[in-house]
Amino acid sequence: MKSLSRLMAVTRKEVRQLRRDRLTFAMIFGMPMMQILLFGYAINTDVRDLKTAVADEANTHLSREFITQLGETQVTDIRRYANSAAELEQLLRAGEISIGVAIPPDFDRRVIDSNRSAVHILVDGSDPTVLGVANQLRNMPITFDSNRRDKEQSAIEVRPYYNPERRTPVNIVPGLMGVILTMTMMIFTAAAIVREREHGNLELLINTPVTSIELMTGKILPYIAIGLLQLALILTIGDLLFDVPVRGRVLDLYVAASLFIAANLALGLFVSTMVSTQFQAMQATFFLMMPSILLSGFMFPFDGMPVAAQYLGEALPITHFIRLTRGIMLREASLGDMPFALIYLGLFALVAMTAAALRFSKRLD
Amino acid sequence: MNDELAIRARGLSKDFGHLRAVDHLDLDVPRASIYGFLGPNGSGKSTTIRMLCGLLTPTEGSADVMGFRVPEQSKELKPKIGYMTQRFSLFGDMTVTENLEFIAEIYSVPSARRAPRIEELLEKYDLAEQRKQFAGTMSGGQRQRLGLACAVLHHPELLLLDEPTSAVDPQSRRDFWANLFRLAEGGTTILVSTHYMDEAERCHKLAILDHGIKVADGAPQELQKNTGMHVIEVLADDPYHAQAAISSLPVVASVTQLGIRLRILIPESVADALDRVKKALRDHNVVARSHIADATLEDVFVAVTLKPEQRAA
Repeated sequence: MKSLSRLMAVTRKEVRQLRRDRLTFAMIFGMPMMQILLFGYAINTDVRDLKTAVADEANTHLSREFITQLGETQVTDIRRYANSAAELEQLLRAGEISIGVAIPPDFDRRVIDSNRSAVHILVDGSDPTVLGVANQLRNMPITFDSNRRDKEQSAIEVRPYYNPERRTPVNIVPGLMGVILTMTMMIFTAAAIVREREHGNLELLINTPVTSIELMTGKILPYIAIGLLQLALILTIGDLLFDVPVRGRVLDLYVAASLFIAANLALGLFVSTMVSTQFQAMQATFFLMMPSILLSGFMFPFDGMPVAAQYLGEALPITHFIRLTRGIMLREASLGDMPFALIYLGLFALVAMTAAALRFSKRLD
Repeated sequence: MNDELAIRARGLSKDFGHLRAVDHLDLDVPRASIYGFLGPNGSGKSTTIRMLCGLLTPTEGSADVMGFRVPEQSKELKPKIGYMTQRFSLFGDMTVTENLEFIAEIYSVPSARRAPRIEELLEKYDLAEQRKQFAGTMSGGQRQRLGLACAVLHHPELLLLDEPTSAVDPQSRRDFWANLFRLAEGGTTILVSTHYMDEAERCHKLAILDHGIKVADGAPQELQKNTGMHVIEVLADDPYHAQAAISSLPVVASVTQLGIRLRILIPESVADALDRVKKALRDHNVVARSHIADATLEDVFVAVTLKPEQRAA
């Protein structure tokens, strides 16, 4: 009983201090909002409107029709007309366009002759995303008979499930929840113990009957509540601004998030016991943030990564959390469908917490 | 375990890497008394206090504190002791009352007794007007009173104070010591470290530490009586030349200048110490008056921290 009241005393103190720390308080709500707006509006992997120039040296009925079709794809935004392929190269080099379309004078004859290419597309290959899009242009049919176009369509048809409109936010927001929670939770707790060490509070605290596990647990409780609040905020903004669905059960999402938050807080506390200044705590947090963003499947598909990177990614709690959120939100999965991810998060929290408590009691010497 | 002793330590040592911070310290601190640790920075005062409250594990030796063995039983010991760190260690972004409430909760003071106890402390330590003030915005003296109030909130039997007055003005120091005497009269044992001579003089008993070694201990008066040195005071208009004259005497263990006064320590084994000093001054044509003086605690400190070759005649 005494133990519980000591734990609550630490929690109350933590909440009180947090309420008075305006900057931190602003970060709790400011960070998720800024990130979701940034990722939702500014970052778009769905490429459209690439700057394009056309050099139509044929200038026939067919070539003009082709150019119109090219514009209709919305992949290209035809801004300039050049006189020759050489001029296109110059524009490309100057960075004024990403794609150059060269139509040779004998375009009509080349269209009939299947052995020769009718159109040359010059691409700024320094951005692989642009190159990928340009490759899709290859499949554009060019014929004299516009009615025959349907028959020439590819035999393979891709049907995107779960995100038929191919909107980036639908993919980004569930992952972003993981990134935002990792960032805020780790930053707060990584600094939590060090701050008290720097302010000299720790020497007093460790001389009182409060045990290290009471101190650690008391410190992370308020942040679990904060993490869940952030989650609610992200879900609300995602729904209001980007129409991101939650197809599975919302409760499942909160259960998964609670475990994930606990895992991050415990990791943060562990970091806190390793470092001796708040600045070092920040550095360590950023050190752990990079792989969380890059290797978790948030930015790049997990399957495309080298095996070693995949192993590293598997160790991160965020990888499992993103799997859970994408599953629950987009594929209508339940927690029972992904037990391993859930168990991993729970275990991670437990191990990190124990390690932090052990290291903390050792640090007194 | 002797009931008369609050702390009994034998052969207490602590190494930090290659550095021996505390070297085979024996300590007997009687109950309900004020026991002082006097020594310069780095003499091992803080390390000893930290070992005694179980914060640091001794490399060698052992200690009984309030009937508990440290560090093995430091968990049981913690509710019995109050500790005040060298630095202000309360929460600057919480008010005086909030800090006291937090400490009361941490020490599991029953909730019914919490409020009256906090009121009592606010009165006693003259903090009633600051009750709503953030601890971080208070003056050095106020912070120190809050630190003491928090350290004694749970009625500890032993109070460990690590250089509690290093950041406060002389008036606050006097008030602080008045509080300590009141606590000792109430039965609390107090262990306090300091590098102020006047504070050390107020202690019932004293241990002088130098480079981790206890070089002397006892009541201050006792220590002053038994320095093993003649203390000679010289008043000279030209203390610089007087000092040069006296330093030419091989028997002189140390010369300390205090304004126009010089305090000279000469081993007791030298019978005609005063005559020798007078002769040396005459030989160097320095006009000065000299007489035998009583040893102050500062003289004691100088005497016991001398190197062995300086101490011998």
